[in-house]
Amino acid sequence: MAFAALGSATGTADRTPLKTSRVAMLLLLPGLAYLLLFFLTPLVSLVVTSVEQPVPFGDVGQFQLAFNLQNYAEIGLHYLPHFARAGLFAILATFFALLISYPLAYFIGVKARRWPALQAVLLTLVIAPFFVSFLLRTLAWKAIMSDDSTLVSVLRSLSILPSDGHLTGTWFSVVFGLTYNFIPFMTLPIYASLERLDLRYLEAGSDLYASPASTFWRVTVPLSAPGIVSGTLLTFIPASGDYINASSSFLGSVQTQMIGNVIQSKFLETEQYPTAAAMSVALMAVIVVLVAGYVATTGTEDLL
Amino acid sequence: MAAGFAEAGADLELVGITKRFPGFTAIEDLDLRIPAGSFFALLGPSGCGKTTTLRLVAGLEQPTAGRILIGGRDVTNVKPYQRPVNTVFQSYALFPHMSVINNVAFGLRRRGIADPYGKAHEALQLVELDHLSNRRPQQLSGGQQQRVALARAVVNRPSLLLLDEPLGALDLKLRRQMQLELKSIQNEVGLTFVHVTHDQEEAMTMADTVAVMNKGAIEQMGAPEELYELPRTAFVANFLGQSNLFTGEVTSSGGPTGAAASIVVAVGGAKIEVPSERAQRHSGRVTIGVRPEKLVLHSSQPKKEAGTNVLGPGRITDVSFSGVSTQYQLVLPGFGLVTVFAQNMVFGPVVNLGAEVWVSWNVDHGFGLLDEPEVAPKFEPDTDTATIAAQARRELMAEIEEG
Repeated sequence: MAFAALGSATGTADRTPLKTSRVAMLLLLPGLAYLLLFFLTPLVSLVVTSVEQPVPFGDVGQFQLAFNLQNYAEIGLHYLPHFARAGLFAILATFFALLISYPLAYFIGVKARRWPALQAVLLTLVIAPFFVSFLLRTLAWKAIMSDDSTLVSVLRSLSILPSDGHLTGTWFSVVFGLTYNFIPFMTLPIYASLERLDLRYLEAGSDLYASPASTFWRVTVPLSAPGIVSGTLLTFIPASGDYINASSSFLGSVQTQMIGNVIQSKFLETEQYPTAAAMSVALMAVIVVLVAGYVATTGTEDLL
Repeated sequence: MAAGFAEAGADLELVGITKRFPGFTAIEDLDLRIPAGSFFALLGPSGCGKTTTLRLVAGLEQPTAGRILIGGRDVTNVKPYQRPVNTVFQSYALFPHMSVINNVAFGLRRRGIADPYGKAHEALQLVELDHLSNRRPQQLSGGQQQRVALARAVVNRPSLLLLDEPLGALDLKLRRQMQLELKSIQNEVGLTFVHVTHDQEEAMTMADTVAVMNKGAIEQMGAPEELYELPRTAFVANFLGQSNLFTGEVTSSGGPTGAAASIVVAVGGAKIEVPSERAQRHSGRVTIGVRPEKLVLHSSQPKKEAGTNVLGPGRITDVSFSGVSTQYQLVLPGFGLVTVFAQNMVFGPVVNLGAEVWVSWNVDHGFGLLDEPEVAPKFEPDTDTATIAAQARRELMAEIEEG
């Protein structure tokens, strides 16, 4: 299964013989029970809800069993921009997070190998933001980027930002927030594969006429591909469904709404459960297709 | 980028090379010249600086002082990827994310040489692995990986091919086979091979010239037979095969032994003759030696003849049978432990443990050394600073990066 990429960051998978013993099956039971209860059941419920229709003359939020594909049609009619924004923002955030995380992970995993204490400190710093709530951190960025902040006034006086320009509520702030929030998820898997990178391969590369840049692209990057694939998936998947960063109460505005924001408001505010469910199912399907395609093209062959 | 295919091997010259790592000196003022087209072996115990020498030549390490010349061109400051040198690494370092054929074609493609895959297939045919060209390295056995590593280096036709203990990980039988294969490939392609090893047998079977390295310096260099028959130092005498060494004062020099002049050394009450031309020093306290297989055992005292040395009587303390020969250990009062290798032939004395014996050898087989054997413990304590430094160096090596 292609999703094995998520779990294994190793370059060479152990090919231990697969033995299906009774004990192994027994040990699997809790996990299977968990999946059945907390993944499969809600999923079925979600799919069922997504084709429900309103109870005639019922109250707001009252729906009944039906086979109503209208909910899906509504996505195509009104919410394609939100889908597009979700995809675009998530791709941009993944790209920038990779751009920032790879050198960071390379430094911690390769350059800092001689000093394990430094490595430990740097890794702690990477995960340090987790000690503060996700919401608080995002709100802090909102304060930093708000219209009366020092940052904005400096940017305005430098004419980088027009005198009536904003940072919050723009595409920039949303992508910035997403990137910032997912950097640890990108850094840690890449670090895990770079930390094990055998530097003798790099020596072999330079011995075989490859310049440092060429060695990086042809040896270092492919050998850390498992980490890159895991990191990008761990960033892209949650980022595309994110509803915090793009929401108007945080870094976004009405113009930056992603599909996650729409789902959230339909579920929790306007109680249009079937449309929200239909959106969730559609989002899930799109992500599964995208990710499967991504792993199939980038990963598996190099993961081996 | 590096030049195209080398027409032939190139000379390698090291001039006054010194390499210091934090806390210790790996190589001290090394001068070395390896002629083009030769199969050269750098032989020495671990930590003697031989691998560092190789890494300096490959450019993976920068010398603290001195110059490196390949084919007359100074490459001391040339980056490793621009040197006309390829290495077969001890760990092979085959790229695990590439097929065998892509590994072999890697260097050719980086240099933009025409038809890289055709040439890579030819190189794989040379090592008889072309049928496995689409496999991943980790799907091959150790010996096959070694051959791929060799093909990956040879295919570039470097002026110099460096081999860093490439046979270290192989079992004995495969090793023998690979030694012969390497030798025949060298004959075929005519490149200059520089082979680093701690295995004296390997160095002697394969190389035209062997340099024995110890503590960052070359102790002796020459053809294998020369090194074996006439070691100059106690280190060489003991590292390259075994030797029986005796130390004593020279009592007379220039005395006649048949036609050749010889020196006579007084050891433990006996007088031992060594040809003057085979002795490094002719006066004072000297160490002389003889190889165990040159000794002949006698169960009764042999007649003292001109041109032979006789020692004895002594007692056999150990007999170990090893197929073609038997190794005897005997204690000779005044001389200490003496080792004798005797061919297992139908004739000759068969002696038992505890038997009283005499040994004799032809005077022409003895040799006189420049120095005295160091009194070293059998096992080096691993807490001394030198060992810690060597360990630090190994760790450092593992962390060294490109460029």
